[in-house]
Amino acid sequence: MARERAWLESSRAGDGEWLLTALGHWDLKAAGSLSGTLDRFALDGGGAVSLDLSRLDAMDTVGAYLLSALSDRLKAAGHGVDLAAIRPEHAALFDAVREVGPPPVERAETHHPILDMLERTGRTAVDGLREGRDLLSFLGLIAITFGRLIVNPRRLRFRSVMFHIEQTGLNALPILGLLSFLIGVVLAFQGADQLRRFGAELFVVNLLGVSILREIGILMTAIIVAGRSGSAFTAQIGTMKVNQEVDAISTLGLDVVELLVVPRALALMITLPLLAFYADIMGLFGGAVMSYATLDITFGQFIRQLHGAVTLPHFLVGLVKAPVFALVIAMVGCYEGLKVSGSAESVGTLTTKSVVESIFLVIVLDAVFSVLFSFLRL
Amino acid sequence: MAPFDDKQPDAQDAVIRVRGLVTRFGPQVVHDGLDLDVRRGEVLGVVGGSGTGKSVLLKEILGLIRPADGRIELLGRDTADLPEAERVALQARTGVLFQNGALFSSMTVAQNVMVPLREHTDLSAALAAEIARVKIAMSGLPPNAGAKFPSELSGGMIKRAGLARALALDPDILFLDEPTAGLDPIGAAAFDQLIRNLQRSLGLTVFMVTHDLDSLTSICDRIAVLVDKKIRVGTLEEHLRDPHPWIHDYFHGPRGRAARHAES
Repeated sequence: MARERAWLESSRAGDGEWLLTALGHWDLKAAGSLSGTLDRFALDGGGAVSLDLSRLDAMDTVGAYLLSALSDRLKAAGHGVDLAAIRPEHAALFDAVREVGPPPVERAETHHPILDMLERTGRTAVDGLREGRDLLSFLGLIAITFGRLIVNPRRLRFRSVMFHIEQTGLNALPILGLLSFLIGVVLAFQGADQLRRFGAELFVVNLLGVSILREIGILMTAIIVAGRSGSAFTAQIGTMKVNQEVDAISTLGLDVVELLVVPRALALMITLPLLAFYADIMGLFGGAVMSYATLDITFGQFIRQLHGAVTLPHFLVGLVKAPVFALVIAMVGCYEGLKVSGSAESVGTLTTKSVVESIFLVIVLDAVFSVLFSFLRL
Repeated sequence: MAPFDDKQPDAQDAVIRVRGLVTRFGPQVVHDGLDLDVRRGEVLGVVGGSGTGKSVLLKEILGLIRPADGRIELLGRDTADLPEAERVALQARTGVLFQNGALFSSMTVAQNVMVPLREHTDLSAALAAEIARVKIAMSGLPPNAGAKFPSELSGGMIKRAGLARALALDPDILFLDEPTAGLDPIGAAAFDQLIRNLQRSLGLTVFMVTHDLDSLTSICDRIAVLVDKKIRVGTLEEHLRDPHPWIHDYFHGPRGRAARHAES
């Protein structure tokens, strides 16, 4: 057998006493194999045990812990254990580890899988409702601050609003334009495929006009802005929260909502309708290009057909949703950012949560708008 | 094979040896031909004014920053151009407590302490958890602290948790970056005592960057002062006799006097 890095020698002294001698290097490297051996270690027959640690070559905390655990176990097995000898340089460490003592006895908790699941479901439901309530009260806070700013418009951070308009609006143009164009292309292609069977190719224009202006343009814009800007709001405010900048704002007598939330909300409410209009145009343009390519519908024909197919309400129905979506996205983004506490990890978690939540709310609100408009016969 | 039993506290060999160190940031020279020996088993306090490169020196010894010139030996090995495996082995023999603890915020304290144990050893999960518990207790944290996340701890507890992680592998050398900064005087004194006790029981060599004059007078064996882009090492008494204006002002200023007075 290969020589172990650390081992124990047991011998029986004359008067029925055991003498245990630890030898070798009792350290981290030996611990892996040593702990298995020690777990099985037992002395046959009773009698006091005298532990000799003076002849081992090295000992670190792990070694000291293993020896201390061994002596505890021998005591529990009914042996009287006595530390016979230890080298002075090891004594301090051994004592320090002995002082830590045995692990606290853990209370065994009984778990029932179905009850646990019920509990989790209940917790999630209550958390969801609480989140909804808190968001609603945050909306109230924003509304009150908006009201105050209307009375006293000089307090509005105009520069900050302009900055966020640039960040959320101007800088989003390339990605939004490209995606809307592609959506137009895809819609025209799929529509043409279906409508050609009925010889109604020209109605692709109606399909494009109505669907893009009413729904797709604004929905695409809102989802992209939620992913781009809503997440940025959460990360920005969350990092400020971690750095205690938000606390500093409060202690300087400034209003956090007025300084951080309102400029973002206002900027987004200005830019989102503009972006939605831009997305509409790019989507229709994509559709027109595709119609020309696959159906030989010229741009002139496209415009003429579009003119007959859509009316102003179609366009307005789409656009009127934009400020509402903007407020929801900005509100959720800022709210989750302000909820960040302490750790860097919570910034990441809450940023994800903010995007998911705002996209969810945008789609729910879109459905609500659809129901509302059908009542109003728009 | 290297001898295992190299924790003889009375051996006077240098575990950190720095020779001719030069550090530059652009045109600014921070260290110019700096020499330093840290002896095995001592507590060395490193002081210096702002911008004299205390933390930079610490990072250079740890291999986090490359110096412009010079030679750094850690436990007898030149740290420059070390093969990957040896560099990792060397890192396992050093422990670092960063200024703000640098605990992984997504893990509990116990998981933080177990990270090096899982990475560098073949301990079973149960044994690693036990060792983590022992280290956490030895660092003076209550038993329930192991299950807490760093964001739930106070500043002093974060430092202790960081210390427990730094000590997880029973390192030979412990690096401390301003360990008592941000602690109240009672907490700072307790932390100093903890470091002293652990240093004795674990046979550690401690390299401590600090501004705390009480730490310097109460637990440091020698003090290294960074002045004029070099370092002057000596005991407190030797520094007190040093006529260099910065060193004189540092140890004879009102705070220095108060700390010495409290000690005597």
